[in-house]
Amino acid sequence: MKAFVLAFALLACALPATATVFEPREWSDERYRQRYHDLIEELRCLVCQNQSIADSDADLAADLRRIVYEMLERGESDEAITAYMIERYGSFVLYRPPLTPSTLALWAGPVLFAVLGGAILFVTLKRRRARGVARDLSAAERERAEHLIGGGP
Amino acid sequence: MKPRHLVPLLVFAALALLLGIGLGLNPRLVPSPLVGKPAPEFSLPRLEDPARRFERADLLGQVSLLNVWATWCAGCRDEHPLLVDLAQSGAVPIFGINYKDQYRPALDWLRRYGDPYVTSGYDAEGLAGLDFGVYGLPETFVIDPDGNIVYKHVGPLDHAALQERILPLIQRFEKQSG
Repeated sequence: MKAFVLAFALLACALPATATVFEPREWSDERYRQRYHDLIEELRCLVCQNQSIADSDADLAADLRRIVYEMLERGESDEAITAYMIERYGSFVLYRPPLTPSTLALWAGPVLFAVLGGAILFVTLKRRRARGVARDLSAAERERAEHLIGGGP
Repeated sequence: MKPRHLVPLLVFAALALLLGIGLGLNPRLVPSPLVGKPAPEFSLPRLEDPARRFERADLLGQVSLLNVWATWCAGCRDEHPLLVDLAQSGAVPIFGINYKDQYRPALDWLRRYGDPYVTSGYDAEGLAGLDFGVYGLPETFVIDPDGNIVYKHVGPLDHAALQERILPLIQRFEKQSG
């Protein structure tokens, strides 16, 4: 496992020379560090869309991390930072976009499917019970079953 | 056949249709919130003459294209002949933003392949690009005479995009002003 991680880390280093690594170490206020890490986990990288800007090696992600860092150091609020990103890239940059008409399906979808699935399950079980599937075996069936499992008294 | 036996088939058909449409979409195209809004302010040194600046104000007064390019971007090389042709046709002034590039190679590139741009701003840090919400080069913006972004094209321009979307837009604005 360790070797795998190391190999992967080396691979990441071999990315194009243009890829800038941005990882702030100096903080004027220690509380910024946590907010920084929370924020960059919540922002989507637009180049590799299934990665947050915390995970992504893309140049753009590094630029956006730098912006987050600089805005924090200037004392800006989390809201101001997300607003800055939304202004440029739309609410797509947020892993948890606000509830708007265009994201309604996204938010309501899972609930809708859960309710739908639950309803189908409920109705199916109810019907099955009504049909009496779990009735006792008849004498002939019992004999045949015992024959099949090769035992019998 | 009872109608309820058709339900799985219908569900399947609906799902297949939905996924089929999804396959036809390009997930890399993120609708820009900047379309319909004023282009952001910027001020960059001009690539061909760094003493002078290229600013938002230079875009005003006519409909124009703003093309974000770089020498490291393969798609930019693909669309470049089209831009050169378009500039020669005189249909629309094309402005450039040279995004996160190196100065010398960028100049050499224009010399070698032709320079379709009225001017190119040299955006070494990519900060103007950030304000324009650039995320995948090349990107091309149509900017109206008042400085509003009316259309954004992500990826290399091709004849279809030019003929079907961009040129009609440009003609509409020229008619309005003329």
